[in-house]
Amino acid sequence: MLDRTIAPDGSLQTGASDAHGERVIGRPTVYVYEAPVRICHWVNALAIVVLMVSGYFIGTPLPSVGGEASAHFLMGYIRFTHFAAGQILAVFFLARVLWAFVGNHHSRQIFYVPVHRVQFWKEVLHEIRWYAFLEREPKMYVGHNPLAQTAMFTGFTLFVAFMIITGFALYSEGTGIDSWQHRLFGWVFAIWPNSQDVHTWHHLGMWALVTFVMVHIYAAIREDIMSRQSIISSMVSGERQFRE
Amino acid sequence: MGAATETFYSVIRRQGITRRSFHKFCSLTATSLGLGPLAASRIANALETKPRIPVIWMHGLECTCCSESFIRSAHPLVKDAVLSMISLDYDDTIMAAAGHQAEEILEETRAKYKGQYVLAVEGNPPLNEGGMFCIDGGKPFVEKLKLMAEDAMAIIAWGACASWGCVQAAKPNPTQATPIDKVITNKPIIKVPGCPPIAEVMTGVVTFITTFGKLPELDRQGRPKMFYSQRIHDKCYRRPHFDAGQFVEEWDDEAARKGFCLYKMGCKGPTTYNACSTVRWNGGVSFPIQSGHGCIGCSEDGFWDKGSFYDRLTTIKQFGIEHNADEVGMVAAGAVGAAVAAHAAVTAVKRLATKRDDAKQNVGQDN
Repeated sequence: MLDRTIAPDGSLQTGASDAHGERVIGRPTVYVYEAPVRICHWVNALAIVVLMVSGYFIGTPLPSVGGEASAHFLMGYIRFTHFAAGQILAVFFLARVLWAFVGNHHSRQIFYVPVHRVQFWKEVLHEIRWYAFLEREPKMYVGHNPLAQTAMFTGFTLFVAFMIITGFALYSEGTGIDSWQHRLFGWVFAIWPNSQDVHTWHHLGMWALVTFVMVHIYAAIREDIMSRQSIISSMVSGERQFRE
Repeated sequence: MGAATETFYSVIRRQGITRRSFHKFCSLTATSLGLGPLAASRIANALETKPRIPVIWMHGLECTCCSESFIRSAHPLVKDAVLSMISLDYDDTIMAAAGHQAEEILEETRAKYKGQYVLAVEGNPPLNEGGMFCIDGGKPFVEKLKLMAEDAMAIIAWGACASWGCVQAAKPNPTQATPIDKVITNKPIIKVPGCPPIAEVMTGVVTFITTFGKLPELDRQGRPKMFYSQRIHDKCYRRPHFDAGQFVEEWDDEAARKGFCLYKMGCKGPTTYNACSTVRWNGGVSFPIQSGHGCIGCSEDGFWDKGSFYDRLTTIKQFGIEHNADEVGMVAAGAVGAAVAAHAAVTAVKRLATKRDDAKQNVGQDN
């Protein structure tokens, strides 16, 4: 049996022992990502990829198809894919927000940045130094490291929320002025009266997410190798292993 | 001025129009405004009993294209609108009076119909240098506008100029041309954007206001819902080609001749709220897309500042050279990708070097 004591700052206190109080030789494992978190992660990841591809082809359509218009529905299907994936993302993003209220400490991490804590920024700096090859050893964290937490908060939570809001606002243009989408998200057009501007921001948001995804995947793979703790398999099993 | 107290009905009866024709007109107007069957009799009743509403039509910085459009209205004929439905007491472009005689009418209307007249504004006031970029009757237009707005029942902002600013407010806007709703904030304002707005939309709005004595239902941006709640794209007759994925790729290709969707040619139909694709122009003859050219989005805010009329995406000028969102995004993604690759390379080299050091140390200890 493993002692899973986690300090308030999320760092791991390794005090593994068995029922008889004897030290257990092995790798300490901590259950970090609960099932709903993992499901949301992979559904959202898939939805975001589908949204990026379909969204790009809405903005820059494929070469024209020939024949009668009645024989094709290509743009229609691409747009349907985009809208369907968008609604799925919205639902699972919302579910993820709700889970933050009932889930464990780690499920809340991506929804805030403790900007007021000096220690937090010191550790962010340490992480930056680690990525700039100025630190020899990375610190170990059970959840996200402070830099990752900041990146997840801006790169995922804020950007995706922005995309969902502008996305539904744009969708409401088709569903009409009396639709619930327009009632809930029509205020976007009070900020940008010309819907063309909302389109531009939605495009920029997509590219911001593309860069986030690249950094996110790279950092996950790199930390998996370099930080001597599991990252990628943790998002499948939910457990974080620490290797020596 | 006495004419303003007459009803619409008595005026047209005097002109020899039959009661039957009058009811036809009411039905047609109710239909074009998208109102139910009962509205026809309500319009008839209102036009029979209510005194005609005095309208003051003023011109700021503008090109008079709104007036040009207005006088081509077919349903209702502008003759009916100007001569019968409303009492167009002042319109410096088309009125017979001139000079002091004309300006007197403004004062007279303001005193006699305090809070009852409609102020229709074509164009907008430039605010820079105390408003001296538009002098009207010896005074800055902005002063005239504020004065007449004070006692108006409501204000109609005609066209893109009055609604959004249009070309004179395009960057860098040297005269600081400002839309009406940014200058007059204490009156109900109805925006009828377009460069120019459709004639039937203009007369339709006038008919509604004169008939019901209030503004029609407006959307979030102050435009009448009945004409501006849908995009050109939503009712475009080329929409099936868009859904099918059939696009014009070049102006002279086969697709252009077949009348495919102009989306790739920069048509702004998907982002433009107007009634062009349903009401059309010149008495329902055609509209830009039907003539083979994409919509330029003339009824939208700042349509001059969004880059080319032939690009779907807005030009973003903040990056020095003109680029659109996709170009900026691709460069950003490319840069981050390169950075990631470089970082990975450095990581790998470092790791190898560290391992070799460790191995050497281990070897040393063993010996």
